[in-house]
Amino acid sequence: MGLFSKFIAKIKGTNDFSPADWADLEQELLSSDVGPRLTQEFLEAAKKVKSENAEEALVEIMTKNLSSNSHEPILGEATTTIMVVGVNGTGKTTSVAKLASYYKRSGKSVVLAAGDTFRAAAVDQLKTWGDRIGVAVVSGKENGDPASVAFDGAKSAQDSKSDIFIIDTAGRLHNKSDLMAELSKVKRVVEKVSPINEVLLVIDATTGQNGLQQAKIFTESVEVTGIVLTKLDGSAKGGVALAIEAELGIPIKWVGTGESEGDFAPFEAQSYIKGLLA
Amino acid sequence: MFESLTSRFSGAFSSLRSKGKISTSDIESTCQEIRQALLESDVALSVVENFIADIRQKSLDALPTLQSGTNQANAIFEIVNASLIEILGGQARRVRFAKNPPTVIMLAGLQGAGKTTLAGKLAKFYADQGNTPLLVASDLQRPNAVTQLQVVGESVNVPVFAPEPGNGQGNPVKVAKDGIEFAKSKLYNMVIVDTAGRLGVDEDLMKQASDIRDAINPDEILFVVDAMIGQDAVRTSQAFLDGVGFDGVVLTKLDGDARGGAALSIASMTKRPIMFASTGEKLHEFDIFYPERMASRILGLGDVATLAEQAKKAFDTDTSAKLEAKFASGEDFTLEDFLEQLQAMSKMGNMSKLLGMLPGAGQMKKQIENFDEGEIVRTKAIVQSMTPTERRDPKVLNGSRRARIALGSGRKVSDVNNLVDRFTAAQKMMKQVRNGGMPAGMPPGMGMPAMPKLNAPVNKKKKSKSGNPAKRAQEEGQ
Repeated sequence: MGLFSKFIAKIKGTNDFSPADWADLEQELLSSDVGPRLTQEFLEAAKKVKSENAEEALVEIMTKNLSSNSHEPILGEATTTIMVVGVNGTGKTTSVAKLASYYKRSGKSVVLAAGDTFRAAAVDQLKTWGDRIGVAVVSGKENGDPASVAFDGAKSAQDSKSDIFIIDTAGRLHNKSDLMAELSKVKRVVEKVSPINEVLLVIDATTGQNGLQQAKIFTESVEVTGIVLTKLDGSAKGGVALAIEAELGIPIKWVGTGESEGDFAPFEAQSYIKGLLA
Repeated sequence: MFESLTSRFSGAFSSLRSKGKISTSDIESTCQEIRQALLESDVALSVVENFIADIRQKSLDALPTLQSGTNQANAIFEIVNASLIEILGGQARRVRFAKNPPTVIMLAGLQGAGKTTLAGKLAKFYADQGNTPLLVASDLQRPNAVTQLQVVGESVNVPVFAPEPGNGQGNPVKVAKDGIEFAKSKLYNMVIVDTAGRLGVDEDLMKQASDIRDAINPDEILFVVDAMIGQDAVRTSQAFLDGVGFDGVVLTKLDGDARGGAALSIASMTKRPIMFASTGEKLHEFDIFYPERMASRILGLGDVATLAEQAKKAFDTDTSAKLEAKFASGEDFTLEDFLEQLQAMSKMGNMSKLLGMLPGAGQMKKQIENFDEGEIVRTKAIVQSMTPTERRDPKVLNGSRRARIALGSGRKVSDVNNLVDRFTAAQKMMKQVRNGGMPAGMPPGMGMPAMPKLNAPVNKKKKSKSGNPAKRAQEEGQ
């Protein structure tokens, strides 16, 4: 039984908590990475909760921090163009493959662009995925211009009238302004062919409060429309995504929970929140 | 990195310094501020509580023995500094070399922590020191991890032992074992084993890692962790400690702006030293982790030691030797030398990153962030538009020469004047510093171009200045 369930049990029995209980709850909340601000807010709200329906009440307090923007993935009219961005090592390439597999399984035609021309063997990694899933991968030269690869991909997706076109990009730390400028260029260039419907920022569930900063700066340069929260199958709860929802209003759209292509699903608010409190 | 932590710390201490006499309640409020700063930086709550209790006790113990005035604040600052260094692992530890080569280093960590890139960096680091490392591709899990290691190995000129194609095929334990045998037979003195990323809760993969460990009996197991990791750092590092065990920690992606609380948490919880830090995507952006330097950086004392080392790497030995000789002999530092420095500075990389290492950089965060990298290029253009005579002796720069230079470099005459003024001031300052202790290889006059706000107004004390540039230069050159 998680500490939170113990807390619920206590709340149902009596409203009288010792300071130590509150400290435990604070620790639990902090350790889910929602951050000190949300933790405080939550603690204060929780103190007012009365015994009946304590659990729902607490889930509701958390839920109201979710963004009011739609958590549904966006689909365009002709080819839906999705760009996947994020810092290094969050699982962008894997998420691109999982997305492709998800759409492929729902009967859509998919084209991928291997826009990570920087990391050694990233192109091969995506191609291997492409072969496994059975979707076309457009690639260019290693260390080539990612914008041109994305452009070629967009053209090819348009020509073949594909339903979904997904662009993988190289991981970059958000504080490197030249790399962020490169990313905006990729977006600009692709938009000469077709509008980008969705920009997904991949956030690793183990990320701490730095995730907020990542979301803020990526949004400044490429207008992020949704979050892919990866590696939720570990011990990390990905609380920083809630902080991102609360502070920046960017909705979580997808959740990654494992290494194989099926371990991926559209975001579900209830199970995410319950996971945070587990 | 650590920037926000740094600014919170400097805030806490500047209010402490402004107090004439420090009371117990001042210590308490400083502790509270530090607590909040650490929590916002993802340091685990238990680590924060221990750290705060520790510095509170030490500060309270020290307080009665201290005289009033800034000494008190400084003494408390020192206590915090010492405690930080202690948590970060005291003295930096080096890799233990095996008595009978090869020395075996095994890498373990979560997915995406940066193990494969790090393997290449480690290999380069030790190859540069005259070792003969071999990379072993035991990550057979992630698609094309083997290819990635091969590419990385090729670019650092280190051979890669990769008998299996990976992508789920092959036995990583056997690969690791065969790799060691191969290294022995070919007399490599070091083996670096890359393994698959795994979650702390994944028992199968954890078992695989411990099987690899048992098969190769490594001299060092390094736990590779992303500096951006949050509270999970504690659970994950504990899981790895229990599952595989590790001797040291490597922090990656330290060039981001993560507050790096993970470093404090992991070091404090596992009692394992942080041994290396990775600071960029290029394969040379990697160094030994120095706890005292990191503590200085957190506290806003700057990181001059690292800065000096980077400078040393970027300035080739000939140039620096020449400069040092010049400097020592009392010869004038000329615009030609300055140009060489500018070129070397561009080689050192991002100026704002370098400036961030200077003491007090925390308070100047805004200026540093706004530092215009193009300014170096423009300054270079001005110097390059001068004739060799002018570069050697800026005193000959009269009005018409300046106009020509401005035209040639596409700048305004006032820009040229500005550069010459600052240069002369720096030249003068160097004469004064000559007997002071500048670090060897450290370029004199660093940060000189276009940093008017950061530069102390050196020539302000001058009573009067000649309006004639040539005459003025003569006055100032004396």
